[in-house]
Amino acid sequence: MTMRLKENWIGLETIVRKEISRFFRIWTQTLLPPVISMTLYFIIFGHLMGGRIGDLKGFRYIDYIVPGLIMMSIITSSYGNVVASFFGAKFQRNIEEMLVSPMPNYIILWGFVLGGVARGVTVGVLVTVVSLFFTKLQLHHVGVVMIVGLLTALLFSLAGFINAIFAKKFDDINIVPTFVLTPLTYLGGVFYSIDLLPNIWQNITYINPVFYMINAFRFGMLGRSDIGTHIALWVIFGCVITLYGISLWLLKKGVGIKS
Amino acid sequence: MKALKIQNLQKTYASGFVALKNVQLEVEEGDFFALLGPNGAGKTTIIGIITSLVNKTAGDVSVYGHSIDLESEIAKTYIGVVPQEFNFSVFEKVIDIVVNQAGFYGIPQPIALERAEHYLSQLGLWDKRYQSARMLSGGMKRRLMIARALVHEPKMLILDEPTAGVDIELRRSMWAFLREINQQGKTIILTTHYLEEAEYLCRKVAIIDKGTIIENTTIKELLSRLQTETFIFDLKRPLAEPPVIQGCEITSIDEMTLEIIFEKSRDLNTVFQDLSKHHIEVLSMRNKTNRLEELFVRLTHHESL
Repeated sequence: MTMRLKENWIGLETIVRKEISRFFRIWTQTLLPPVISMTLYFIIFGHLMGGRIGDLKGFRYIDYIVPGLIMMSIITSSYGNVVASFFGAKFQRNIEEMLVSPMPNYIILWGFVLGGVARGVTVGVLVTVVSLFFTKLQLHHVGVVMIVGLLTALLFSLAGFINAIFAKKFDDINIVPTFVLTPLTYLGGVFYSIDLLPNIWQNITYINPVFYMINAFRFGMLGRSDIGTHIALWVIFGCVITLYGISLWLLKKGVGIKS
Repeated sequence: MKALKIQNLQKTYASGFVALKNVQLEVEEGDFFALLGPNGAGKTTIIGIITSLVNKTAGDVSVYGHSIDLESEIAKTYIGVVPQEFNFSVFEKVIDIVVNQAGFYGIPQPIALERAEHYLSQLGLWDKRYQSARMLSGGMKRRLMIARALVHEPKMLILDEPTAGVDIELRRSMWAFLREINQQGKTIILTTHYLEEAEYLCRKVAIIDKGTIIENTTIKELLSRLQTETFIFDLKRPLAEPPVIQGCEITSIDEMTLEIIFEKSRDLNTVFQDLSKHHIEVLSMRNKTNRLEELFVRLTHHESL
């Protein structure tokens, strides 16, 4: 830890600025698609079908699914940003620009991860704004909404980072989102309450970390959740710490980036 | 002061390939140092280890007295590296690549911008600053990597095959630039396939073969070990057959040019006398420039000098 705080701060600022300008530069690939797909969800599941489904847990169906849909866009955007950017840097070898510099590993990690958080939050805000065309914004507990939103973006940015570390080809950065992330999100209670599931499936849902995020976020917006908010926050926090530790260890060992 | 000190450096890749075997190397501050070796000899592995891009298996490396293990952050500030292959994002603008690199070294943006202007101008890229890097020619990309490596003003510049695939004119201008920054006090370590380049630029040389340093000396000393010298003679009149002269190995390059190899101890006047006896008139003569190549081939093929 010999480098001064000021220099590390400039290094971090440089990576974050670079990451943010990257996803804004290609906004048609990074910001627009989640807004369009979430608008379709709002129209089809909320507006067209929601009326026939009726109320869920005392809320109109569209109101019930909005927190989950916002969370879904935060998850996919933060994950997608880091996995694509870090793998791209590995593929073009410009990651070496950072590796040869005196920046410590944790600064490199935070730089990419904060870029992912920035995109996750930007998309989350955009989707929230779009949701206002279909429903009224409800904020039961602003603090919980912000903490859960940020921690979830952080968690999935870290997950994207680990995916990118191990990825050897472009296919490898799509496997996890398609076969792991999407099922976990859909089965994490975006569209339903786990009370509707048989016992066995309820128990299985408890091992899905996305379930805790969606429900804590739903609590923040609607004041209603399938799980205690404290438990959910601890689970999310525990996952963040674990993935952060793994990411730093992988960087230190140079897995996937050094020979 | 040693700019670079390598002790017992070993590297075995995961595949089991032993790239470096107990490498010892020292480079003095201000040196212009050549690291030569055939393909796969271990040159790029050494550079990779010094710059933290390759994990070493064993050994110690220190840069200006700072261990790359214990004080890596300080050691890295002393090094600027120009790799063999392009390693920047081709989608970024030229100016952004250089300024961001300065940012990674903790240099505030206003200073980074000044330096970027200075080095990009020096390397003839300032006009291209807003162009995407993918629009640059191969030579420009290489110069961009030199500007990027210098933006944090390192004391030591390492260049891995900097003029590979670069045309002669550009190579000469790069040489002039490198000489200039070396004269200003920067230590330069260079790997190259062009032995003429090492002979022209460098004062010291290490030759690595199969992961082992087999020579580490000055270029002058290495060349002095050659027992023979080779000269090229341009003739006044065409010659059908090369003459036979005692103690000289003569080959005809074309009908107007002879290549003559003879013992270093031999007086050059006697060679002229012998040529005159054969009615051969010499217009001009020059020392063959790729003498180092001869040595290099002999050393890496384990022949005696």
